[in-house]
Amino acid sequence: MRGRMWRLALYLFILGFILNMLGIVTHVVVSSFAKSWFGSPLPPKFTTAWFSYAWTNFDLGQVLGVTLFIAVAVVVLALAIGFPAAYILARRNFRYKSAILLLYFLPLVIPQMTYGIPLATTLYRYGVGGSVAGVILAVLVPMVPLAVFILMPFFEQISLNLEWSAQVLGASRAQIFRRILLPLMVPGILTAGLLILVNTISNFELAFLLGGGGSQTLVVALFYNMFAGGVRPVYSIDAMAVMYMVMVMALLLVSLRFVRPTQMVFRLDR
Amino acid sequence: MQAPGDQLTSLQLGITKRYGNKTVLDNLQLEIRKGEFVTFLGPSGCGKSTALSIVAGLIPASEGEIRLNGERVDNLPPEKRGFGMVFQNYALFPHMTVYDNVAFGLTLTSISKAEIDKRVQDMLRLVQLLGFEARYPGQLSGGQQQRVAIARALVLRPRLMLFDEPLSNLDAKLRVEMRAEIKQIHANLGLTSIYVTHDQAEALSMSDRIVVLRNGVLMQSGSPQEIHDRPKNSFVADFMGFRNFFPVRITALSNGAATATSGNLTLRARAGDGFAVGSDAVMAIRPDDIQLGPGAGGAVTVPGRVEIVEYLGREQEAAVRTADDTRIWLRTAAHMQVGDQVELGFPVDKVVLLPAE
Amino acid sequence: MRAVANDERSEFDALALFCLLPSLLYVLAMFVYPFLYGVYLSLQVQKIDGFSLGNYVAFFSDAYQYGTIWITFSLAIPTTIIVLVLSLCLAYGMRRGFFMERTITTILIMPISLGVILLSEGILGFYGSQGWLNQMLIASGLISEPFILTHNYIGVMLALFMQQFPFCFLMLLGYISGIDPSLESSARMLGATPSVVFRRVMLPLIAPGLAIAFALVFVMSFAVFPSAVMLGQPAGATRTISIAAYQKAFEQYDMPAASAIAVVMGLCQLAALVLIILFRRRLSPAATMGVGKR
Repeated sequence: MRGRMWRLALYLFILGFILNMLGIVTHVVVSSFAKSWFGSPLPPKFTTAWFSYAWTNFDLGQVLGVTLFIAVAVVVLALAIGFPAAYILARRNFRYKSAILLLYFLPLVIPQMTYGIPLATTLYRYGVGGSVAGVILAVLVPMVPLAVFILMPFFEQISLNLEWSAQVLGASRAQIFRRILLPLMVPGILTAGLLILVNTISNFELAFLLGGGGSQTLVVALFYNMFAGGVRPVYSIDAMAVMYMVMVMALLLVSLRFVRPTQMVFRLDR
Repeated sequence: MQAPGDQLTSLQLGITKRYGNKTVLDNLQLEIRKGEFVTFLGPSGCGKSTALSIVAGLIPASEGEIRLNGERVDNLPPEKRGFGMVFQNYALFPHMTVYDNVAFGLTLTSISKAEIDKRVQDMLRLVQLLGFEARYPGQLSGGQQQRVAIARALVLRPRLMLFDEPLSNLDAKLRVEMRAEIKQIHANLGLTSIYVTHDQAEALSMSDRIVVLRNGVLMQSGSPQEIHDRPKNSFVADFMGFRNFFPVRITALSNGAATATSGNLTLRARAGDGFAVGSDAVMAIRPDDIQLGPGAGGAVTVPGRVEIVEYLGREQEAAVRTADDTRIWLRTAAHMQVGDQVELGFPVDKVVLLPAE
Repeated sequence: MRAVANDERSEFDALALFCLLPSLLYVLAMFVYPFLYGVYLSLQVQKIDGFSLGNYVAFFSDAYQYGTIWITFSLAIPTTIIVLVLSLCLAYGMRRGFFMERTITTILIMPISLGVILLSEGILGFYGSQGWLNQMLIASGLISEPFILTHNYIGVMLALFMQQFPFCFLMLLGYISGIDPSLESSARMLGATPSVVFRRVMLPLIAPGLAIAFALVFVMSFAVFPSAVMLGQPAGATRTISIAAYQKAFEQYDMPAASAIAVVMGLCQLAALVLIILFRRRLSPAATMGVGKR
């Protein structure tokens, strides 16, 4: 039946794509353990030496520290800035609401390279370019809206009646926030935090444009080391890539316990 | 393109449907004859919509066959069966006008444009929507959308019409109007129809035959009068409004009447076959059939005290507590108050005898 | 579950302002302002006072520079078309759920979260002339010379495809499965075969989602940077417009010129978006009238 054949072809394609992904990732992993490897299916000899090589030569301790610091800072700031905004946007309707939502939407839709160049120019002019602060400020630009858009549906799920009944029982705004909203929003905060974390760690364009010597994130360092002059054996690069991958995969697996895969992708039905 | 098959003289079903190890339809067997209006009636989850979708060809049966005039149709895809279907949410194509919606099926055939035009106009006239051709579904009310949906299916002159709870999304008043219209269309066009609903008033007023389903099992199949007056089991009785059930033991059977006891109560009912003296059974009676007052001709009477009175306008529904602590519901136009002592009469021809569950 | 009051004006009170201000200010200061500043800067030429279109003139008179527009388009458009067609086929075919759906969607998220650098590094290894793919093909006798799939146009397209496809597929899958399934059923009951159902009922309803997906994928492909550098020939055949902008900014330290190139890039993306919107309007004027959502 034509329908069956069609479906079979589709499954084959997906299978092919997945195998392709696995092949790519596995190649990097195998290469990172290879002593040397030219043109044979598998490396003749294995070693773990590249990892320590990468760690010392690429100053990975510092890079990882910087990456984690930036990531945590972005998560905390994006949530802090985005949380109240998401609350108001979920609860209220007002004249410029659509315009504001559209405005918040733009940094997520316009490619980072397009607004990254002017952003980098501006930040350099004010002297924060090339520093950790600069990277944080830049990555926050798309992450604040992301926080808002992820948190909004969670707020919409908390009935306004809960706040009203608390008010009737005499709670102040601050108490309502602390004892009702915050606990109920924990799943939302967790989801948003994880997604922002993953996005920040894997962010390239903005971190690249704003990062300098001491403020490179892991991905940016990976990129630079591929093109720097001098001896950079590909195995050590791959070792670095594996470390990056382990980090992101671990985060991904943790996130997926709380978030559905489709939530990580841009939704068309807004 | 529909199969140019013959008109329907009979449709035979014998279908089973399973999802995993859950049986949703348990060997539903039925024969439908030309011109019949058959209703599948039952609560949500009873399998009635599943059965309809299987007849339509939208879902495959796990086991069984469907034969039209003796020939198998269950191996045909829906577009080749020549059945028409009206959906609960109308399913009108939102990007097409009313005209294009109704003409859709016709445009898939080789019928000429002029002929299509004529048929569409005729159908729109039938459902009283002439002049709405250029509107879009989003601009129509619920009732109007439903009529377009009906017109769209009928214009193809299907040999069997399938209705999947078409009136559930309409308000009560519109529902009553539309069901009369549907019945009239069915009669005027000489259709054969299968109608699915959970509303017993709809089923009773529209059908030639009602099939009551529960968890995929056929509980009773019969005319509206049979289903209403002579339910064959407690489920159907309960569904059709018998609110009082008494577990009894049969003490005597004679001349189509059974006598039975439930605690201190002795009841008499019409009896069918399949019951034996000494066996357990259930007797049931409707609240509206219970008579108030001293024993009226042969009826068993029971004294009791009124506990609850619900005012319903022209009538009252009251709960009466008898001496052996049974609660009996009755409906009457007589005025009652809590605390009143009353005599309840159970006319023999209104009490039904049902198998024990 | 949302309770929203009716009076619009009273909804925007001091609390609303307090809550919105931080994010609003941030987006205005860090997104809108740099953008405007960038446009302003693009009209300044180094060492010349006052406004001037010098940067733009310089860009469009140098074939090495303006040629990047063509190069980038010729990368972005085919990629977008391929990604969209394949995503549509797959999303449509799998609209009613598929085997191991959750596992598959999880694996498809991988490219998006791993990021382009890791992906590119992996592609270099796997698809390289010494890589596993070529080794397998040669070993099985299918080819004798390795396919050159990296450090060229194809390498960049591969990377773009792997990044954009999962994203586009999941987006379209969500959109298509949101269309009322009874529309399909009713079309079939009216005699439509599956291909007629697709052509006359589903495709018009999917069209708006397709347009958005096309726009998003194109815009992101047009801004391609790291994969063009790693997997292409950044000095030649795959010198995209973002590379040109980057070089002006960070190799030649000519910020005004870089800003001008960024503006040109933005305008190209905007032009494409406008074309898509116009095209869509012409194609399905009624699709906006109460689309059949569940």
